[in-house]
Amino acid sequence: MAVAKKAIVWGLFAAGGTLSSFVFPALILLFLLVATGNTPFGLEFDRINAFAASLLGKACLFVVISLSLWHAAHRLRVVFHDFGVRKDAIVAMAVYLLAGIGTLVAAFYLYQIH
Amino acid sequence: MSRQPYIRPISKTTWYMRNGRYKVYMRREMTCLLVAVYSVLLIVGLAALAEGSAESWDAFLASQQNPFMIGFHALALIYFLIYQTFAWFELAPKAMPLQFGERKLPDSYIVIAHYIAWAVLSIFIFWLAGVF
Repeated sequence: MAVAKKAIVWGLFAAGGTLSSFVFPALILLFLLVATGNTPFGLEFDRINAFAASLLGKACLFVVISLSLWHAAHRLRVVFHDFGVRKDAIVAMAVYLLAGIGTLVAAFYLYQIH
Repeated sequence: MSRQPYIRPISKTTWYMRNGRYKVYMRREMTCLLVAVYSVLLIVGLAALAEGSAESWDAFLASQQNPFMIGFHALALIYFLIYQTFAWFELAPKAMPLQFGERKLPDSYIVIAHYIAWAVLSIFIFWLAGVF
């Protein structure tokens, strides 16, 4: 049982790490373009809204956000351990709960976009 | 007649500073904060879209347009590339080695395949966002 649980936790962590490694540099560069006032036309309201309203767009956004949140949560749990916090059960519950809440909030907003 | 065992004092917050490998490890682990920040930023963007008006979305975009966020995104991009993306690709063949019968696929093949897939996906995202 313990082994099986660990496999799921680590599997999702690895999936989120892989996905964020591939996707986030491009996303951060898009944020940088927006920040410097060079918003690409695909990020104008009509276009981005159409993307987020499509089933495929919703699925992509949901998978990227939820797996990335899980990845961050799991790594943050290890970081707490590395900084000498030895209450792993509480830390684990807190970080996974936050990731779970983030996932639900993302799903709720995606559901509302149409 | 037992003596007190000697416990070498090790700082809980700075132990990794003594060794180069530990420092790199810590920098890699710290990328989780960036992953969390950008996941939350994406959710905030979705919240703006969920309001259903161009005004709320434009307000979200405008919230990024200040010198602090320009600096943050620029530094985040460099840090993320070095300690998350490139580090992850370099570790991929160690985490998931590929073997065909007796023959093991060279690590460099797996790493290069990651870089190619990353480039293709990034170009696709830029195309989708209308960068070009």
